[in-house]
Parts: sequence; structure tokens; C-alpha cells
Amino acid sequence: MTLDRRSFLKLVGAGAGAAGLPLIGRAAELMPKAGKRVVVIGGGYGGTIAAKYIRMMDKSIEVVMIERNDHFVSCPFSNLYIGGILKDLNPLTIKYDKLASNHGVKVVQAEVTAIDPAAKVVTTSKGTVSYDRLVVSPGIDFRLDEVKGYDAAAMEKMPHAWKAGPQTVLLRKQLEAMKDGGTMVMSVPLAPYRCPPGPYERASMVAHYLKKNKPKSKLVVLDANPDITSKGPLFKKGWKDNYEGIIDYRPAKKVTEVNVQAMAVLVEGLEEVKGDVINLIPPQRAGQIAVAAGLVGDDKKWCPVNQTTFESTKHAGIHVIGDACVAGPMPKSGYSANSEAKVCAANVVALINGKETTDLSGINTCYSYITDKDAISVAAVYAVKEGKIIAVPNSGGVSPADYSASKLEAIYAQSWLKNILTEMST
Amino acid sequence: MMMKWRGWALATGVLAISAMAQAAPPSAAMLSNACAGCHGTNGGSAGPSMPTLASQSKEAIEAAMKKFKSGERPSTIMGRLAKGYSDAEITAMAEFFSKQKLHPTNQTLDKAKIAKGASLQESNCGRCHIEDGKEGKDDTPVMASQWLPYMQMQMTDYLSGKRKMPEKMKEKVDPMSKEDLEALLHFYASVK
Ligand SMILES: Cc1cc2nc3c(=O)[nH]c(=O)nc-3n(C[C@H](O)[C@H](O)[C@H](O)COP(=O)(O)OP(=O)(O)OC[C@H]3O[C@@H](n4cnc5c(N)ncnc54)[C@H](O)[C@@H]3O)c2cc1C
Repeated sequence: MTLDRRSFLKLVGAGAGAAGLPLIGRAAELMPKAGKRVVVIGGGYGGTIAAKYIRMMDKSIEVVMIERNDHFVSCPFSNLYIGGILKDLNPLTIKYDKLASNHGVKVVQAEVTAIDPAAKVVTTSKGTVSYDRLVVSPGIDFRLDEVKGYDAAAMEKMPHAWKAGPQTVLLRKQLEAMKDGGTMVMSVPLAPYRCPPGPYERASMVAHYLKKNKPKSKLVVLDANPDITSKGPLFKKGWKDNYEGIIDYRPAKKVTEVNVQAMAVLVEGLEEVKGDVINLIPPQRAGQIAVAAGLVGDDKKWCPVNQTTFESTKHAGIHVIGDACVAGPMPKSGYSANSEAKVCAANVVALINGKETTDLSGINTCYSYITDKDAISVAAVYAVKEGKIIAVPNSGGVSPADYSASKLEAIYAQSWLKNILTEMST
Repeated sequence: MMMKWRGWALATGVLAISAMAQAAPPSAAMLSNACAGCHGTNGGSAGPSMPTLASQSKEAIEAAMKKFKSGERPSTIMGRLAKGYSDAEITAMAEFFSKQKLHPTNQTLDKAKIAKGASLQESNCGRCHIEDGKEGKDDTPVMASQWLPYMQMQMTDYLSGKRKMPEKMKEKVDPMSKEDLEALLHFYASVK
């Protein structure tokens, strides 16, 4: 057996502890555990819901939710901010105080730096926290090694805006500062990535902004995929009807390198495409903490889990939900994360109490705006069959091809956002 | 007709035993919690165009879901979703939501319209929308405290013929003015 560096350090650490030597660099215990405790990593679409529902289902379980930020900004609807339809990010921002006061979730603002599955302890920037079961919902991080030259500094010049917050604000500022007649370039990574229709909604919202404010400008979409990955015919109709001559969609164009100085991207290391504004959406994988903790599968990208309990197949006692996990055909969406979190919560409670687990029943619905008044949707119901998640046959699907429902869906989408953010924050 | 395997498991309580693990079929709560992403925790909606399901009548939810499923009631997304559930699952969800506490909606309503609606409702709607709309005869939906924008959208569909009105409702609604109907909706939205 070979040991990677982390396991090796852990062994050395354990040995030092056993010999009674001081544990150099080992953080102090932040909150001693008395009874049953679940720790949740991440306060986004998955984590908040898992934390809240575990408390709703069993008040005898202590729930500690650890999140690096003191607030959360929703990616859903952030494209509307970039497109100038939303004035600011306030309607997309939630705080955690009511999860604490309404449900007794203990919210800790800290960075989780390590997970020890054997000792059932997480290390954070503020100290260690031990658990009986751990729920991990860290979202995504980027596979930066696959885009040469795209580092932290490059992100400030060519924002990804694929985690909502300062990056989103930066992209909008750049778009606003662009001259009329300018070109924005956007790159879409190979699937799977967070939110399959997200890049195409963003293209629509950018085009909406350009059409209204800078009609001589263009948006070039370089898509690594062979075609639009979600709601393809609907997006194509929406673009044809509204943004002819503005959106230049180029499939099978994988960006592999950036040249920040020249404000250019390179397709397959060869074809150079220049932009006045460049929105580079890099290839993705599970959030760094999931990778560091050895929760990712053979692909080194995403976390394999039991399809009903969401317990990791890599480490017992750890559940992974949301974008980071592989949940059969469920897309990496906020709604999926919400649905997975509830299934996971019910089964975490069952497992802690030695009860029988319950099969998954899940939903996904994703709205995408095409203009400020038109939206399209994809929806599906999920169940478990023979241990695998399936989309229930003869259900689900996308909006009518003729856009006859788009005005109504633009209204429903707003109430969707209101409800899902209220679920996460109260 | 063959029942879907999931509906069968729920109806008979037989556990689906797989090689992977043994887990019970989805409970009523498991099925219903998935709806809350759009309809709010326990069906208490915070979004004005999404109806609150908390404390809605069981029969009304069952009827609505079955009509969504068959396409008889027009919808954007609900038809696509309703098709994913067996009748037994629909009944389980309807029962779950009917048992949740009434969710007070926080909305701005017009006092004069509420008063006018109050004077109209008993004689026009009271036989089916019982107790100021807090209850419903048979599969008549509970209207008390429902979101005004949701009810307005439904009324628009009724008036345009997109959604079919029950016969008895049509007899009452047809002679009424738009203003009277609007007043009635304000009234029902105001009932706590
Ligand atoms: C532009 C865009 C539009 C989208 N639109 C939609 C939409 O319309 N509908 C939809 O359903 N989905 C949409 N999505 C997808 C949605 O945002 C994600 O699927 C969802 O956020 C996934 O939830 P999650 O819990 O896995 O991750 P997140 O919501 O990202 O939450 C992860 C949290 O964990 C925290 N965290 C991570 N690592 C650590 C650590 N080590 N220590 C402490 N905290 C940590 C992060 O700070 C973050 O708050 C969109 C995404 C994008 C980018």
C-alpha cells in the first residue's frame, strides 16, 4: 500500500499523539461534542437545507454548519444581474441568523481545511469539530491546470463569475465599461459542470444587455461541447428571435489557454480569439475540501455516493450532496442540491437513530431567462430503482417549443427564487 | 392497468429489496419535501405566484394534481411534474400538505375591496367555499390566506376559458363584474 502525503502526515500525527508528544500545529477543539452531532460543510443550496431539515426532523441531534462566509450569494438569477435586469445582488443574498434562531442550527464561520474520516473530526480555521456524521456540500472548484495561464490573477482580468459575489460584480462592471462595438468572449467548459443551462442563460442575458445598451457589440460563445448541453432547441429559437447578429455561437471550441496580456483565449492551443471582455468559465470538479478528503472517485473530479443516503462510497459516515456528488441523472443545479439535501437529511437522521433508510424522491426544475420577460424551463421527477437514481419515465421535459409559456414562466421563476431562498434562510 | 412500481410499493407497503441496500419506499414527507423548493417549507409559499399548499384540502390537491397529469388543467411545469407520480403518491402528498399549519401570507391588500368582497362572498360563493374560504366542499380548494397574485392568475385563466370552471362556479361568475371578482379575491386573501 502506498501512502499519499496527507495520510502519511495523519499517521505521523497519530503516532505523535499516542506517544504523548505535543501535537504540533493541531488546532484546539472548537466545541466539545456531548450528544449526537451532525456537521455540515457549506452554507449554500445544499448545506443550509440539510442543516435545517435534520433539525426539523430530530431536535435531539446537534447540527453544526460550517461556512467560510457570513452570507451567501445565489448563482441562480446572477445572470440577470450581469444583464442589467437586477440593480444589485441584494435579492440574491441570504444570511444565516434565522437558521440559528428558528431551528437551532449552530452556524460557525470558518474555513474547513481537513477531514479525518477515521477519527470523525474536521479541522477548521478556528479549531477542530468532531461529528457522528458529516454532510459535505462545498459546491465546485476549478480544474485550473486544464486552462494554461488561468490563475488567481487572471481571474481578476477574465472573470469566471461561476461563484456568485465579487466575480459577478466584476463581470458586470467590465461589460458596462466596454465600448459599443466591442466583443465579449465567453467560454463554456465540457460537461459535467455546475448548471447545464447556466452558460446559455448568461449568453442570453449578456445579449439582452448589449442589444439595449451597445447594439453594435457582439458576444462570441466558445463552447467546448459539441452542442448546447441543455434546452438546446429552445435557446436556439430564443437567440434567433431576439439576438440575431449579436450572439455568435461556436460549438466544439475548447479553450485550453489564456493570454491575459493580449486579452485572448486559445482554442485547443491554436486558434486565438480576442475579446474586450472575457468571461472564462473553467472546467470544474467537486469543491477542494472534497478532493483533499479523498471523497472524489476514480475520475478525481466528482464524489460517488450511495444513491439514496448520499453516503460516500469512499468514506463511511460522510455524505456528499449538491454539485460535488454524482446523483445519477440529476443535474448539478440548486434545485437538485435542495432536493438531495432533504433526502440526505432524512437518511442521516435514520442512520444516526439506527432506523431504516428511505428511498430518494427528488425533483429538479431550472428556469432560464431569455429576455427580461421570457423564461424557459426544464423539469424532472427522480426516483430510485435497483439502487440507481432514474428520471421517472414519461414525466418531466422542457417548455413548449413555441414559447407560448415563456411570459408565465418568467413570473413563476421569480417566485421559485423567493421560495427556495426563503427555504434556505428561515 | 399496471401500476408503476413505485406506486405499487407505496400502496401495498411492500419494500423494494435491491441488491444494493434495503430502504423503505419514499414516505409522504420524502415525496412532499421535494415540492418545497417551489412551494415553500411544508407548503407555506413565500412567492406570490406559487400557491401555498399548507393546510389546503386533501381532495383539492388530489383533484388538481390529477388534472395537471391529464392535461385537463393548464400549467407550465406542473403537468410535467405531476406525470412523475402515481395516484397513491399524489394522495400521500395531498394528505401531507393538508395536515400542515395554515401559512399566513404577508401581502398588501386593499381594505375597500376586502369589505366589498366580504359582502359578496357568502351569497355567491359560500355554498362551496365554506367558512369564508377556510374550507371547501368536496374538492373545492381552500382560499383563505392564499396569495392574491396566484388567485388572479387563475381567475384570468378561468375567464379566458383556458381553465375550465366548474358548472356551479360558472353560473355565479358569469354575471359578475371584473371589479366584484377582484374584490372577492382580496377578501379571500385576507382571511386568516
Ligand atoms: C450562473 C449560474 C446560474 C445558475 N442558475 C441556476 C438556476 O436557475 N437554478 C438552479 O437550480 N441552479 C442554478 N445554478 C446552479 C447552482 O448555483 C448550484 O447547483 C448550487 O449552488 C449547488 O449547491 P451546493 O450546495 O452544491 O454548492 P453552493 O451553493 O456553491 O454552496 C457551497 C458553499 O460551501 C462553502 N464552502 C466550500 N468549501 C468550504 C470550506 N472548505 N469551508 C467552508 N465553507 C466552504 C462555499 O463558500 C459555499 O457557500 C446556477 C449556477 C450558476 C453558476
